[in-house]
Amino acid sequence: MINFDFNVIERSWVYLFQTGMAFTLQLTAYAMIGGILIGTVLAMMRLSSIKAFSIAATSYVNLIRSMPLVLVIFWFYFLVPYIGAWIIGAHEPIKVGAFSSSLITFILFEAAYYCEIMRAGIQSIPRGQVWAGYALGMNYFQTMGNIVLPQAFRNMIPVLLTQTIVLFQDVSLVYVLSITDFVGAASKIAQRDGRLIEMYLFVAVVYFVMCFGLSLLVKQLQKKVAIIR
Amino acid sequence: MNYHWNWRIFWDPSPDGMGTYMDTLWSGLQWTLATALTAWVMALVLGAIIGTIRTMPSRWAARLANGYVELFRNIPLLVQMFLWYFVMPELVPKEAGMWLKTLPNASFVTAVICLGFFTSSRVAVQVSAGINSLPRGQKMAGTALGLTLPQTYRYVLLPMAFRIIMPPLTSEFLNIIKNSSVALTIGLMELTARARSMQEFSFQVFEAFTAATLIYIAVNIIVVNLMRLLEKKIAIPGFITSGTTSAGGH
Repeated sequence: MINFDFNVIERSWVYLFQTGMAFTLQLTAYAMIGGILIGTVLAMMRLSSIKAFSIAATSYVNLIRSMPLVLVIFWFYFLVPYIGAWIIGAHEPIKVGAFSSSLITFILFEAAYYCEIMRAGIQSIPRGQVWAGYALGMNYFQTMGNIVLPQAFRNMIPVLLTQTIVLFQDVSLVYVLSITDFVGAASKIAQRDGRLIEMYLFVAVVYFVMCFGLSLLVKQLQKKVAIIR
Repeated sequence: MNYHWNWRIFWDPSPDGMGTYMDTLWSGLQWTLATALTAWVMALVLGAIIGTIRTMPSRWAARLANGYVELFRNIPLLVQMFLWYFVMPELVPKEAGMWLKTLPNASFVTAVICLGFFTSSRVAVQVSAGINSLPRGQKMAGTALGLTLPQTYRYVLLPMAFRIIMPPLTSEFLNIIKNSSVALTIGLMELTARARSMQEFSFQVFEAFTAATLIYIAVNIIVVNLMRLLEKKIAIPGFITSGTTSAGGH
């Protein structure tokens, strides 16, 4: 058997968490907020009676959901500089940092998945509530904003958070762009010190503890927010 | 915008000796499908076993199966790939490790094992949900007829459960095809990896990725339609299976 050297973790954990995990957590948090916002708009579009909106949103969601995340990451990595140039009218593709590039990727990718959750949430609200809103003289946005969305959101909090745990794990895939997220930082240290085994085992344990802990919390929350009907 | 489009690139010879770039992508698709299908068989078998154990009356067996599910669910797929590829050969005895490292298609074998275990935990959840969705009376009727517990599972519960969980299994199958792209990190030259290498050789970024995207969409549409046919054929009369795929997930 080989001799383990878990010292490498002791030597590098500050770097791993300060650089790597900080990146992963920030990206997860921002992508969750952006993804839920855009996902909600997409869900409203999908359920809209205006054909053009629902077709556009449906095709976007289906397109993104049929692609592997790795391919989407590559797409946006190359596409974002061109879109940026197009927006500001530059002639050359602009330079986009690793963080903003992957943030845009994850917001737009996860929005498709959050959209499906929010759609289920909106559809779980009885139609009568929407009609009641209209009967009270509210317009579409007032009905949505004051009646439907708050309830839909509340019903879906556990599912949204579960999806966020998936997102937290998915962020590790920015490794393919050699970005120093948690896995990226760990693999850099692992290759520098030749300690792949200890490092990857440590990464797995950290992910397991965090994700398992979060999923237990979500289960607790689920009991708390469930509306008794 | 000064991107130089060149759609004829697919007919140009590629430097990897595969023929044209089209052949490169075609070989990538074959690797993707081979990986996904082999891993899917493994995931179905393991998932059925673990899913069944989760519903067993024995407390500790169910707990063990739950642990299995949580283990594979809470570690990112990428990290699991690394564990199987880099860590596993070092943890087993030396000869076995050497043998693993010198396998002719090491990354393919690793990817299949990794995806098989990863997806089996998701299949297991669906299988036990399917078994639990059956009326309690079915199990009781089985044992009342004199069937043993394994026989009840084999002849009554599992055949029903599998037919009920077809829709979620379809989306898990779509997931395994997409997830096989993660294997590019351990050197498997599947579709996404081929598109990436085509981009590196030819600098035609968007053509390469557009082609890969279209292929993934086509595979998706074909699988969805085949599964829909299958679902119709094996749907249990009187049991309303929810046609919608579960929200969330990958």
